[in-house]
Amino acid sequence: MTPLLQVENIAKFYGARIGCTDVSFDLYPGEVMGIVGESGSGKSTLLNCLAGHMTPDRGAVRFDTRAEGLRDTITMSEPERRMLGRTDWAFVHQHARDGLRMNVSAGGNVGERLMAVNARHYGDIRAEAIDWLGRVEITEDRIDDRPTAFSGGMQQRLQIARNLVTRPRLVFMDEPTGGLDVSVQARLLDLLRGLVREMNLSAIIVTHDLAVVRLLADRLMVMKDGHVIETGLTDQVLDDPQHAYTQLLVSSVLQV
Amino acid sequence: MSDYNFAYLDEQTKRMIRRAILKGLAIPGYQVPFASREMPMPYGWGTGGVQVSAAVLTPDDTFKVIDQGADDTTNAVSIRRFFQKTAGVAVTEATSQASVIQTRHRIPEEALRDDQIIVYQVPIPEPLRFLEPSEVETRKMHALEEYGLMHVKLYEDISQHGDIATAYAYPVKVEGRYVMDPSPIPKFDNPKLEMSGIQLFGAGREQRIYAIPPYTKVVSLDFDDYPFQPTKADHACDLCGAPDSYLDELIVDDVGGRMFMCSDTDYCATRRKQGHVGAQGMPYEEDAA
Repeated sequence: MTPLLQVENIAKFYGARIGCTDVSFDLYPGEVMGIVGESGSGKSTLLNCLAGHMTPDRGAVRFDTRAEGLRDTITMSEPERRMLGRTDWAFVHQHARDGLRMNVSAGGNVGERLMAVNARHYGDIRAEAIDWLGRVEITEDRIDDRPTAFSGGMQQRLQIARNLVTRPRLVFMDEPTGGLDVSVQARLLDLLRGLVREMNLSAIIVTHDLAVVRLLADRLMVMKDGHVIETGLTDQVLDDPQHAYTQLLVSSVLQV
Repeated sequence: MSDYNFAYLDEQTKRMIRRAILKGLAIPGYQVPFASREMPMPYGWGTGGVQVSAAVLTPDDTFKVIDQGADDTTNAVSIRRFFQKTAGVAVTEATSQASVIQTRHRIPEEALRDDQIIVYQVPIPEPLRFLEPSEVETRKMHALEEYGLMHVKLYEDISQHGDIATAYAYPVKVEGRYVMDPSPIPKFDNPKLEMSGIQLFGAGREQRIYAIPPYTKVVSLDFDDYPFQPTKADHACDLCGAPDSYLDELIVDDVGGRMFMCSDTDYCATRRKQGHVGAQGMPYEEDAA
């Protein structure tokens, strides 16, 4: 089986400082990978390198494209990479306002990716937008409201709908539940878990919240100071952490 | 005529502008940056158009200026005088006699010939600007032909108003490649963008020049189920009776009286001279004010 994403020795430096280094892994279709670590551990840098928002200094990121199989997304041309970014890839930002157009209605936000791949029938675009808003539990009568009129949780769900409407195969998520209160977080996680299973999505989730990876991720990668210090199945890493830092991380979670 | 160089601008500046115009003509619809000069008029009054006109005018040209279709508004009169004074060119109000026409917000009703040049004054040349504030990003979108966002604007129109409510500056795709803002002409004029004349667009404040060569394919963007429709007031001209021209609505008293008249003053006057009379019009008289 070909991996969907093959990451080989990715390294990114900010001058003399390390962003992240020596990161390698394979991600298979339908698999959800969690990346955890404290602030400044390089997990967001890594995610941005993988998603093509940043160019890594070393290494290769190979994606299993529909047409030509595994291609290195770092050396492919920018139009091709941007095309992937709006078809087979999706990127969910921590702050919904980074990923949404705040002055465009919810329907327009969801429809944008469709129109970007040449959907030119208003009725079809709108029907698809209504369908996707429904899937993320936003009622149809909110379709013409702007995201500024939505709550934080709704904005995040709208962002997810906007990203998944072109049925991507790989979703990058940067702290998708950050800044939301716990009950809204729980609902969002429930929704994400359903969508991931239903659409057989592969996803890479960056978070510092261990509960999020416990719920969503099949595999886990723990990062510290730009290095990967432990990898394994999620339950294995969380229940039997081997590295001293992972042990610290797991024991730092507050128990209610 | 010793006070100014011909047509106000110095020759080096004109060469620079001509290079931008030629590049614009070679890449239809592409916005060419140019070093816009300070002109003796405020931004928004047609500094871009004036610079393009200055660069294309020759002493043998006949110059016409229209503002919203009219030859006799402040903007039109002052720009016409400006070139009378600085270039000494002949001026006219008749579309058919002009070789260079500078315009704001309209295309003349009368079809232009292939020996005529029309110069548009453009306030904001970037059609994607109101949706994407970053110039870096919009340039990239043009370069990579990523125009999905333009349809988001039309989508928003339909979702809010039930129809494509954009009535002017209606985005077009030029020769199947660049999406372009045709300047704030009414969408009624969009079909005329496919013409035999040379079309030059100048944006002074934004420092951009773009162009449409003669006989270039210009398509107004739309949706399959909401096709592009040029619109005008559902009326005939009250002065000349023309049923097919773009109309201005004029309130004539405070009890609801109104009249519609051609926005193209030359077209209306020519028809009246030919004896056409509209519903509220009087037969044409020479010297009638």
